[in-house]
Amino acid sequence: MKKIYLDHAATTPVKESVIEEMQPFFSERFGNPSSVHRFGQEAVMAIDKARKKVAHFLGAKEREVGFTSSATEANNLSVLGAAGGGHVVTSSIEHSAVLNPCKMSSGSVTQVPVSSEGVLRVEDVLKEIRSDTTLVSVMYVNNEIGTVQPIAEIGKAIGEINKKRKKKILFHTDAVQAANYLSCDVSELSVDLLTLSGHKIYGPKGVGALYIREGVTVSPVMYGASHERGLHPGTENVPAIVGMGKAVEEIDFRKGEEVKRLRDKVIDEITSSISGVTLNGSREKRIPNNVNLAFEGVEGESLLISLDSEGIAVSTGSACASHSLSPSHVLLAIGLSDRMAHGSLRISLGNETTEEEVDHLISKLPPIIKRLREISGR
Amino acid sequence: MSKYYSKEVMDRFMSPKYFGEMKDADAVGLVGNPRCGDEMEVYIKVREGKVESASFRTLGCAAAIATSDVVCEMITGKSLEEAVSITEKEMVDKLKDLPHVKVHCASLALEGVKEAVKKYEGK
Ligand code: FES
Repeated sequence: MKKIYLDHAATTPVKESVIEEMQPFFSERFGNPSSVHRFGQEAVMAIDKARKKVAHFLGAKEREVGFTSSATEANNLSVLGAAGGGHVVTSSIEHSAVLNPCKMSSGSVTQVPVSSEGVLRVEDVLKEIRSDTTLVSVMYVNNEIGTVQPIAEIGKAIGEINKKRKKKILFHTDAVQAANYLSCDVSELSVDLLTLSGHKIYGPKGVGALYIREGVTVSPVMYGASHERGLHPGTENVPAIVGMGKAVEEIDFRKGEEVKRLRDKVIDEITSSISGVTLNGSREKRIPNNVNLAFEGVEGESLLISLDSEGIAVSTGSACASHSLSPSHVLLAIGLSDRMAHGSLRISLGNETTEEEVDHLISKLPPIIKRLREISGR
Repeated sequence: MSKYYSKEVMDRFMSPKYFGEMKDADAVGLVGNPRCGDEMEVYIKVREGKVESASFRTLGCAAAIATSDVVCEMITGKSLEEAVSITEKEMVDKLKDLPHVKVHCASLALEGVKEAVKKYEGK
């Protein structure tokens, strides 16, 4: 059976060229970057090279880029390390890697609701800013429904507000799901902090990056030696950092065009061949690789398992597939009923996804839906 | 193939034998799972105090469908008393294994049976 991977929002395969770049740093050039001898210095140079690539991608200075062991860590640093216990404004569709650190922060938190299209309104964010607000954190692209948030507009508006404030509000964006297809230029976006992940951009797992605008102070959330300016204590994961640098360097936004064409094919064909299907989230303000559909009368986990038995890997926002057994907070936030959230499927394409794979999905899905609807009688 | 579920669960899920509405059922047990929001109907036909036939309709996960199917099979030919005393463990054993988070799906199927029997006895 052919295996078809359509879950790129969960993770992406590591590109050959990235593996090649990483390879020497396991055994041959294994040095600890903290060592003063040549083994160590070789590793330092490799990290600096990777840092340069990430900085270039972000339009940032090298010293503004730090590596972490995950995007979750970078988000924790942004919320817990940069908010300084002040009021945080975030969205109702944020990833748990932002929402849960928010819960742990000593300051209060406001979650701004999104429209039924899954997009934040700039005014709604600004409305929540108070005199004690220290941080605004909004994801660039939602991981479940792929909607693109107006980061540059929010950034600009915060900049205006900051002109009249002594204690400046910091603006953070989790750009993990955006980086493959959208510009993450920090000046264009007017952000102070930005999170990237290695394994969502065809790089390795176990590495993330945090951009911190010069002059912004972030306190550590873990304590140890002074690696990465003390923000990520622990010996650097040199091969992963090298891999992340390479993956960032190879990002090619032009790939988005073909991915988007295939995405639109999936949306159009499935919504026309199957009744009782709706697209979750805005179609226009959407990342090129995300499809999220709600199917009436079926439950997402059984849909996922059925597709998996056909070799097709996707994901769902259904309660039955989550360990907490509650449906996705994102789908509920855009106004879906529990039941529709329960029948939702996320199909996330990749740069290597072929038309043939997409056609396979399009042909396999209708009989599965039919069968599950027969079983549910709904 | 998914390693998440046992082969028994997968077989039941992929080709359940007892699904479908029973038009001439003597009673229907309609239950919902407050934890994950799933819904299940268990239909029974009773003759001389025994479950002559059973069927189900389930909107739920693969485990919910598989356990619905297995419970219908287990109660067929049993007395009502025997039917309501089937345990989760017996079901899990029959399915060889069920992921821990999915044991409540089996409970839902059992509740469906109990509800159907209650309806039957109440009428
Ligand atoms: S019925 Fe929802 S988890 Fe099984």
